[in-house]
Amino acid sequence: MGTIVAVTGNEACAQALKQINPDVCAAYPITPATDLMQRFSSFVNDGKVDTELVLVESEHSAMSACIGAAAAGGRVATATSSQGLALMWEMLHIAAGTRLPIVMPLVNRALSAPLNIHGDHSDGMGARDTGWIQLYSENAQEAYDNTVQAFRIAEHLDIRLPAMVCMDGFIVSHSIERVEYIDDGDVKKFVGKFKTVHPLLDLDNPKSYGPLILTDMYHEYKRAQHEVMTKVPGVVLDVAADFEKMTGRKYSLFETYRLDDAEMAIVVMSSAAGTTKDIIDQYRDRGVKIGLLKPRMFRPFPFQEIADALNHVKAIAVLDRADSFGSYGPLFSEITGAVMSMKSKPAVINKIFGLGGRDYLPVQAEQVIDELIQVAETGKVEAIKEYIGVRE
Amino acid sequence: MSKKYWETLPQGSVVLEAGSSAKFKTGGWRSMRPKWIEENCIQCMFCWMYCPDMSVKVTAEGKRAEFDYDYCKGCGICALECPGKKGKKAIVMEEEGK
Amino acid sequence: MTTKPLRLKELAKGEDRFAHGHRMCAGCGAPIVVKQVLMATDYPIIAANATGCLEVSSCIQEYTAWKIPWIHSAFENSAATISGVEAMYRSLVKQGKIDDKQVKFIAFGGDGGTYDIGFQSLSGAMERGHDMMYVCYDNGAYMNTGIQRSSATPFGANTTTCPAGDVIPGKPQQRKDLTRIMAAHGIPYIAQASPGNWMDLMKKVQKAFEIRGPKFMNIIAPCNRGWRSRTDDAITLAKLAVETCYWPLYEIENGVTRVTVKPKEKKPLVDFLKPQGRFKHMFAPENEGMLKQAQDYVDAQWDRLLKESAAGEAEKAE
Repeated sequence: MGTIVAVTGNEACAQALKQINPDVCAAYPITPATDLMQRFSSFVNDGKVDTELVLVESEHSAMSACIGAAAAGGRVATATSSQGLALMWEMLHIAAGTRLPIVMPLVNRALSAPLNIHGDHSDGMGARDTGWIQLYSENAQEAYDNTVQAFRIAEHLDIRLPAMVCMDGFIVSHSIERVEYIDDGDVKKFVGKFKTVHPLLDLDNPKSYGPLILTDMYHEYKRAQHEVMTKVPGVVLDVAADFEKMTGRKYSLFETYRLDDAEMAIVVMSSAAGTTKDIIDQYRDRGVKIGLLKPRMFRPFPFQEIADALNHVKAIAVLDRADSFGSYGPLFSEITGAVMSMKSKPAVINKIFGLGGRDYLPVQAEQVIDELIQVAETGKVEAIKEYIGVRE
Repeated sequence: MSKKYWETLPQGSVVLEAGSSAKFKTGGWRSMRPKWIEENCIQCMFCWMYCPDMSVKVTAEGKRAEFDYDYCKGCGICALECPGKKGKKAIVMEEEGK
Repeated sequence: MTTKPLRLKELAKGEDRFAHGHRMCAGCGAPIVVKQVLMATDYPIIAANATGCLEVSSCIQEYTAWKIPWIHSAFENSAATISGVEAMYRSLVKQGKIDDKQVKFIAFGGDGGTYDIGFQSLSGAMERGHDMMYVCYDNGAYMNTGIQRSSATPFGANTTTCPAGDVIPGKPQQRKDLTRIMAAHGIPYIAQASPGNWMDLMKKVQKAFEIRGPKFMNIIAPCNRGWRSRTDDAITLAKLAVETCYWPLYEIENGVTRVTVKPKEKKPLVDFLKPQGRFKHMFAPENEGMLKQAQDYVDAQWDRLLKESAAGEAEKAE
């Protein structure tokens, strides 16, 4: 049962891809995801996998080749970051609209300008409306586990949608952590054989992919696409249950930490959740009833489940590692959407943090909790959206 | 329960029936109609080769047959390229509906 | 597989792999190109298609004209898309998951999707060495969006974005010589063809399919809407393009150039330009120089090609 290793997030994801052994990968280098496909390339060239690796000339072509390969009928993966994802943008919609189960680790990185190679969620958040399933990971273990589960979710016959597995650039992708690898045979058994749906390579039944659909049917296709997304949470939970049986590691649509009896909550995704949990422990020791909710599945967004989980709190701070200029942070907008369905209406504040890899420090978490205590006591919110950790 | 229309659409908008465009008749686009004059036809098959709309029917023996007016758009390429016999065209264009 | 004989009577007995009922304009050259390419061989073919006239008119809602497996994903990426299909085929064959049925892979794109926006994707796929053929049907402008100039638009042509204005009379630049650029990729087979010379076109397709690796064919496809010509003259113009040496028919096989059809008598370029409304302004007295400029360019290109072809012949003879 499993092997304990000390590896980076990229290395762990590359290992997951090796164990899954996709039929085709198409990739293009981009910091900080480069290292992931670089490691995978060694597996290809050392004959450790059967994968045909297509080393394309751009991320646009990477996703295009993945689309061609997935339509042909087989298991497909790629990985990217930031500008790479931005260049894929057009093709992300096409992969989802064509219902192709491509799996893509996304090493979250800031978008230009100014140019910056470090971690934030601007890339992933920019792709939230593309129709992809998005899973966010706190650490290397989660990135690895999510990658393994993503294939099962994406390829599920009720779903057949592409999935992104997100991890924070450098903070997770390049930090060495303790990771428990699943045995090769178990991964193979867990993901199972790839099942084709309308494969282009079926010469006896020629199909046409990518028709022109105009005003009389496009709206209905989009309605149907939304419907598939509504089935994703159930599949994510089923896959997580199987995964727990295999590994003992528990996954859900989101993680809660000391939230059950909390009066206040912090909502934050990915690596910043770890730091926040530590500070929550310190405040708990002092009797402050604070908890955390860490969304794992950002698309589709589990509004009702999150509303149920936060129903009892008085105040919520949503920490966004991305911005929507002239609006609130993207996670904040979703959480307030969830709050809308609650009977109790907790006060919600939004903090933009950690852009372009700016460190998220324990002191920032403390400041947020101190403010939350005030908000919970008075019910008053001074400023809904603020930036934290800004040099002033 | 009967399915809603949008629930019946093919997954990923894939078209499963090859050559299904044959169900879409384009003959109605025609304003000029090609007329085949068999006695002037030397069976060169140029009209068949150059027809953009696959609207020249061919017999099992590979001989030119009548036009397929269900699809012919009346472009006139066949008539222009027709070498005919002794200076007489085997295809002439006539105004549709006259 | 034995190469099938190119006799019209035999070919006509075969089944079209591109069906009627497509919605290309009356008299369009593109479907003639597609039908000739697909007819040249009996190998199984899987095709990708860049967004464009051919794509939007051949697969609409539940109506597809394609009788072979076909995929369209976007405008600039038909080469990348088919390279993914081909990679999957290779992977599955290699792993023994499917049988090798000698499938041939084609990407179709118009000149906009090939010379311009799809150029990087094309160049990349050719460099990677996929076993595929790229077929550009070149009608010399963005016809699908309404006749905007592309880098394939010939010098002087009147398009909606380089109109024949009072100050700038049509497209100021010569066209990009994409076929030569593809030759610079060092791929095993490159050819230029015309649907008016169907035998030459189909021979080239047949030859290409017997060669493993990346192939490129550039095929002229007259567009009566964009060329402002008659609906019946696509083949006549496709032939005139060859006879005037505006569109020479040649191939480059493993680096050796050969002119495959040498016009008996090289006709003046105006024979090709005159029937096309897009060049009408070039015949006005004040634009007299334009015709000469266009002719000089064609002459220079043709002379260079003849030299290269002669060098190729000499090399073969050695």
